[in-house]
Amino acid sequence: MATTIDVMGQFKLATALGPVGASVNFTNSNLTMVVVCVLILALMHLGMAPRAVIPGRLQAAAEMLYGFVHGMCIDQIGEEGKAFFPFIFTLFSFILFGNLFGLIPYQFTITSHLAITGALALFVVGLATVVGLRIHGMHFFSYFLPKGLPIILAPLIVEVEVISYLSRPVSLSFRLFANMMAGHVVFEVFASFMVVMAASLGILGYVMAVAPFALDVAMTGFELLVAALQAYVFAVLACMYLHDAVHLH
Amino acid sequence: MTDAPDESADFDRRLAEARQRQGLEKPAAPDPKANPSLLGIGLRVGVEMAAAMVVGAFLGYWLDRVLHTKPFLLIVFLLLGGAAGVRNVWRVVGPKRPGRGTDGA
Repeated sequence: MATTIDVMGQFKLATALGPVGASVNFTNSNLTMVVVCVLILALMHLGMAPRAVIPGRLQAAAEMLYGFVHGMCIDQIGEEGKAFFPFIFTLFSFILFGNLFGLIPYQFTITSHLAITGALALFVVGLATVVGLRIHGMHFFSYFLPKGLPIILAPLIVEVEVISYLSRPVSLSFRLFANMMAGHVVFEVFASFMVVMAASLGILGYVMAVAPFALDVAMTGFELLVAALQAYVFAVLACMYLHDAVHLH
Repeated sequence: MTDAPDESADFDRRLAEARQRQGLEKPAAPDPKANPSLLGIGLRVGVEMAAAMVVGAFLGYWLDRVLHTKPFLLIVFLLLGGAAGVRNVWRVVGPKRPGRGTDGA
C-alpha cells in the first residue's frame, strides 16, 4: 500500500513562522486565530469605511452581521442584552470566521480543537455565573431550586440542577468541537479514497475517484451550513445562559 | 409638491405589491428562534444528554476518590447525571416558559 489513510493528521499542531515561532511555541492554531481576528477586523473596518446610505456589498455584510447579533442579544436576553452585545458579537464572529476559514483547503480549523471550544465555553459559563452573582447576590443560588417544588424533593432536585448547570460548558464545547472535527474527518476520508483508488486501480481508479470527489463537493455545501449553524447555536446558548443569569428562571 | 405624502403612500403600496410579486416579502419570515429547526434540536439534544451523564459520572468518581466511598457515589451520581440529562433535554423540547415568546432555554 503506497498511501495510508491518516485522517487525524490535519488536526496536528505544528509551530508556525519558522524558528521565531518555534522559540515561543507559536503554533499554526495561534496563527490561524490571528488571521481570523484580522479578517473580522478588516471586514468591520473596511466595510464601515464608506459609511454610505446605500451600502455596498462589504458594508451590507458588516451591517447585517452587526444587526443579526444585536437582534439576537435583545431577543434572547431582553433589554439588558445590549450590555452583552460586544461579548456575544466577538464570540459569534470569532467562531463563525474560524469555522468558515477551516473550510478553505489546507487551512487549519481552530474550532476542531477541544482546547479552544472548551476555553470559550468555560468563559461563557463563568461570565454567566459571575453576572448572576453580581446582580442577585446569594439569591442567585435559588436558580437551583425550581419554583413550586415540594420541599421533600429538594435534596434530589438540587443535585440534578447543579449537575445540569455544570454540564453546560461540557455540552457547549463538545457540540462545536465534535461537529467541526467530524466534518473534517469525513472530508479527509473521502479525499483519501480518491488517492487510494487512483494509486491502486490505475486508469479505472481515476474514473471511479470522481464519486468520492463529488461527495466531497456536496459535503462542502453541508459543512458551510454546519459552520454557520454551530456558530449561531453557540451564540444563542451563550445568550440563554446570560438570560438565565440576568433574570433567574 | 403638495401631494407629496399621498404620492409616497402610493409608492409604498406599489413597492409592497412589487415585492410581493417577486417573492421578496416572506410571509411572516420563518424566524429560526421562534421555530427552531429540527436539525438544530437534533444536534442539541444528544449532546445535552451525554454531557450531563459525563459530568455526573465524573463528579461521582471524584467524590469517591476524596471520600473513599468507592463505588457508591459513582453509581448515585451516574443516575443523577442521567436525570440531569433528561432535565437538559426537557429544557430544549419542553413547554416554553411563560413570559418569553422565544425559544426557552
